[in-house]
Amino acid sequence: MQIKHILFAFSLVATGAFAQPSIEITKTITAPGFTPPIWVSLSGFSGEASEVLRFDLYVQGFGFTNAEAAQYILSGSNNGNLEGKVTDNVTKALILQPKAYSGAALRRQAHAFVDDFTVALGRKPICLTKVAFKGENNRHSEIYIADFDGHNVQPVTRDNSIAAAPCWVPGHLALYYESYMLGNPCIFYQNLASGERRAFAHYNGSNFSPAVSPDGSEVAMILDKDGWTDLYVCGRDSSDPKRLTRSPQDESSPCWSPDGRWICYAAKDREHRTLKKISPSGGTAQTIPTSGMPSPSEPDWSPDGQWIAFTVQHARDFGICVVPAKGGEATELVSGEDPSWAPNSRTLMFGRRQGGRYTLCLLDVPTKQYKDVSRFTGISSQSQPSWAR
Amino acid sequence: MKLTKLANLLVIALVLSIAATGCRKKPVGVTPLPNPYAKNTVSSPGPSLPSTPGGIGTAPETGVGSHPMVNPAETGGTPLGPGHQGWAEDVQTLQPDTVYFDFDSSVVKASEKPKVTAVADYLKANPEKALRVEGNCDERGTEEYNRALGDRRALAVREELIAAGITADRVDTKTWGKDNPANDAGHDEAAWKKNRRDDFIVLTAPAKP
Repeated sequence: MQIKHILFAFSLVATGAFAQPSIEITKTITAPGFTPPIWVSLSGFSGEASEVLRFDLYVQGFGFTNAEAAQYILSGSNNGNLEGKVTDNVTKALILQPKAYSGAALRRQAHAFVDDFTVALGRKPICLTKVAFKGENNRHSEIYIADFDGHNVQPVTRDNSIAAAPCWVPGHLALYYESYMLGNPCIFYQNLASGERRAFAHYNGSNFSPAVSPDGSEVAMILDKDGWTDLYVCGRDSSDPKRLTRSPQDESSPCWSPDGRWICYAAKDREHRTLKKISPSGGTAQTIPTSGMPSPSEPDWSPDGQWIAFTVQHARDFGICVVPAKGGEATELVSGEDPSWAPNSRTLMFGRRQGGRYTLCLLDVPTKQYKDVSRFTGISSQSQPSWAR
Repeated sequence: MKLTKLANLLVIALVLSIAATGCRKKPVGVTPLPNPYAKNTVSSPGPSLPSTPGGIGTAPETGVGSHPMVNPAETGGTPLGPGHQGWAEDVQTLQPDTVYFDFDSSVVKASEKPKVTAVADYLKANPEKALRVEGNCDERGTEEYNRALGDRRALAVREELIAAGITADRVDTKTWGKDNPANDAGHDEAAWKKNRRDDFIVLTAPAKP
């Protein structure tokens, strides 16, 4: 009698029969790659507005169907400005009241509408966020920023050198990146609002792979000034970096846990490649096992703290993988490299190789739906995305 | 009997509490959006930057003495010197001694060691010269991983040169990752093996004015 009741109660919750719009109860991602999309129907939108809505929804794990079969109905119009509302097709309740958008380009209005919808579902919005990336042309590369869908590209550097590995300062219009413009690779800070730029780490040798802590106070990076390729961390206003690893093998591509307590990075034991994490105060590094996926690199920790995305290297190919943040079974999702999490902790941007060049691509981890970001004119290859948080 | 009733109540309470946490607020009204990107202009790069290497911010990097007999494993590597900014670069002289590496490895193979010896001999015969070892990778790796691997390749050869008696400060390193291929036309092992390498750049002090 007892067990039957418990099972029945849980089945009610699982099917959402209590009229709650959110399927996800505790975690954003539960079954990476194996979660069905949330079905929506669009009605009344046309042209570019419709394209934007479809793109924004697809890369956040929504699928498109007719009004009968959909779970949510997004309806409205875009004659001039966009107006829209969202109905829950199960309960017939409005989950987003009719709303008119004004005062900006139509694309931006469409982005805002999708944001309002996903916020109504309890998610963090991503459609008005920005990304930074490395863009290559003729063996030079520069740093660019753009909208998350690839529109409104703006150059950050124009140095005719090699600039790479951008990383946002959380909550600020500022970036760290590495550049060879002084000769050896050095780490620079650039304030995008003022244009101010300064060299942050420029020791003799190589300074690369900057990663800013979630509270913006410290930068982790790879330096070789002491003779080995090691992980260091330094306060943004300090000049005294702390050496965190002391290993003749190379460490690379640090990233921070969202609570700031850990730096995760790609490491080697002998010639065996792993992910590790270490406290920014120092101490012993711990391995983060990625069962089933050898040669992990370029990790990125999800903003909700639950997952680490990384690149797996196979004999002939690379793959985007996720593993629970404490380590365990890793799941490969699509071909690609160098993932960066969106603020919603489910969408990733990564680089997809095509011949000798890269394209930026968006992936929804739970559904495995993915789509290329706009092609960029004048930039032959785009890689190393960093999503602003 | 009592237990079943209690269990029922607990289950209902649990389900209701889960349901209750799902309630959403309703958004209201018209939302005018601000001018897009009014503050997001990006100016051209700032004034020219200092050319002397100096560490973090402006803290100068001081030179370190050489430790040819010290085991790097005990010291955590042999620190780099202050570098040789402004010295003339010669990529030809030691080009025949370019050291090649196996895939995903920074081990200096036995077959390559004679080249390292030749480089050490050259530096001993030319004590006024310095050297930069530049580490490179083939395209089959991710970008920052390759930057670190290229760096490790440069440092591996530097350690061998120091062990052969070259003063640590005379040898600088630089990594290109995979951004500086010797052969970028091919996408096969014949091309890749030519890219997994350390280049040797001979450095000569600028003539005194």
